[in-house]
Amino acid sequence: MTTYIIRRIVGLFPVLFGITLLVFFLIRMIPGDPALVMLGERASVEDVEQLREQLGLNEPLYVQYFTFMGQLLQGNLGKSIIHHTDVTFDLKYRLPATIEMVLWAMLLGVSIGTTIGVVSAVKRNSIFDIVGMISALLGVSMPIFWLALILIYALAVNAKILPPSGRIDVAMMIDRRTGFMLLDTLLMGDLFAFVDALWHLILPSVVLSTVIMPPLARITRACMLDVLHQDYVRTARSKGLRERVIVLKHALKNALLPVVTVIGGQLGGLLGGAILTETIFSWPGMGTWTYQAILGRDYPIVQASVLVSATIYVFVNLAVDLLYAVLDPRVHYT
Amino acid sequence: MLDTTAKEINRLAQDSVLSRKPRSLWGDAWRRMRYSITARIGMVVTLIIVLTAILSPIVDPYEPKLDADLDNARQPPSAEHIFGTDRLGRDIFRRIVHGASLSLSVGIVAVGTAGIAGTILGLVSGYFGGWTDMIIMRIMDILLAFPSMLLAIAIVAVRGNGLFNTIIAISFVGIPGYARLVRSMVLTLREQDFILAARMVGVRAPIIILRHILPNSLSPIIVNATLGIGGAILSAAALGFLGLGAQPPAPEWGSMISDGVPFLRQTPHMVFFPGMAIMLTVLGFNLLGDGLRDALDPQMRE
Repeated sequence: MTTYIIRRIVGLFPVLFGITLLVFFLIRMIPGDPALVMLGERASVEDVEQLREQLGLNEPLYVQYFTFMGQLLQGNLGKSIIHHTDVTFDLKYRLPATIEMVLWAMLLGVSIGTTIGVVSAVKRNSIFDIVGMISALLGVSMPIFWLALILIYALAVNAKILPPSGRIDVAMMIDRRTGFMLLDTLLMGDLFAFVDALWHLILPSVVLSTVIMPPLARITRACMLDVLHQDYVRTARSKGLRERVIVLKHALKNALLPVVTVIGGQLGGLLGGAILTETIFSWPGMGTWTYQAILGRDYPIVQASVLVSATIYVFVNLAVDLLYAVLDPRVHYT
Repeated sequence: MLDTTAKEINRLAQDSVLSRKPRSLWGDAWRRMRYSITARIGMVVTLIIVLTAILSPIVDPYEPKLDADLDNARQPPSAEHIFGTDRLGRDIFRRIVHGASLSLSVGIVAVGTAGIAGTILGLVSGYFGGWTDMIIMRIMDILLAFPSMLLAIAIVAVRGNGLFNTIIAISFVGIPGYARLVRSMVLTLREQDFILAARMVGVRAPIIILRHILPNSLSPIIVNATLGIGGAILSAAALGFLGLGAQPPAPEWGSMISDGVPFLRQTPHMVFFPGMAIMLTVLGFNLLGDGLRDALDPQMRE
């Protein structure tokens, strides 16, 4: 077990190295002169030359990479070309908003998705199963940006139940301490603001959760059906155990094990979906930031955002794999 | 007497199996596809969309630039324009019909490229093992470490907007999935006796890979590719929505939705209908893929 954990952690380094390499080459994949592309056609020759110097584009490639890595290890992600602000600073400011939304989306998606899957499997071919699986199929096939717009139209524009955008009412003054709106409002002791923040969070996180909810419901259902046909479940039945006990104590645990591995992979979908969701809901997180940077050709920001997302993704997946090793007593990792 | 009857029955029974036309795996799959309701719906929906994509330029030649009619901008659905008109007074139904070929070709070309490249890498990696395998799979691991949508967006952002770069980006992020799938198929096949036999009689590696291993790993590749087309169409629509995909005036469904966003409050039909088109198309491929998966499952062979 310990060897497995160590091996997995050691195996992380080549992947992290590869991530930095790909991210490094990303802006060098720009056709033509990256500095010229970033500054636009009307930039003066001096400005372009200065930016080339600043980005180190005049150096040989390996020197550029070492400089890039050296800065990276010091937590320096460069400067925004448009705003001239420190990318690391902006990132720290933006990240909590995204984490807050992704976390809630994950919570909603996992809890509702697996519940639908389990109930559908137990009550196979019932109305619940049929409706659940048809919705899951529609959910997989639906563009989330479209769903977001339809929900905004239905619930925010027409019915005015939920706010269409933002993290909190603009009139509210919030002390920024952690950057997590729900935490900050609680720390201020302002219950009204907390509820308002929660209210703003509902639509974006529900929309984002639909990225993972349908696939999770389908996978859970399949795993659960598989487990319910196993011999030990029949044994449990023949012992006269109640169906509730069989499902909750015997089947569920084993059915959810393969589901755990899927959850880590789904985070990738959430991080990609966050760009779309944040853009639509004017959510001041990493997604909107990245999107604006893409439109403005502000590549250091694009670079930083891809790098950070990939790193988070890799670490979460490692955590999930290790959790799986702990949870599943049958598998011996050596 | 009794004995001859038993023999007779036995002979008849054998005859009926033997005289039956031999069924291949694909023949079996086709039979099962026709009996499954979901697979049938999937086949019908994809067929309609494929026909729409092929026939629309022939039946109704269309030049998006020349279709504007500003007097009729943003009209809600009516008898004349069943899906209403857009910002420039263009008929939305007509644009959706002509957008089918765009979405479909992105989906098919991107998945085809990713599928072929991934399959080649997976075959080579799995069959040769050793250092080749090690290097290829580590590169695939690195690509898989990026959230695919984000990587696709970043690639298009760097390479420049447009349909061609959309296809490149979506193909690129799709490769590692196929490489892994094919490699795991090869690893199980490689150890089987018929491969060993082929090697013993001196069949060369490329022939073994192409003639023996590839055909046996084809069905999961096809299932994944079919499901992948739906995913690729969704990604392309998302890129189009962000303004990174096909550029106006191309009737790309994702960009049609983003066209409607500023007017969501007054004329939601501009957002609604293109989204329905995306959903229906992706749904068709997903149903077809699910149906194929069930039908090609060798454990269900009759």
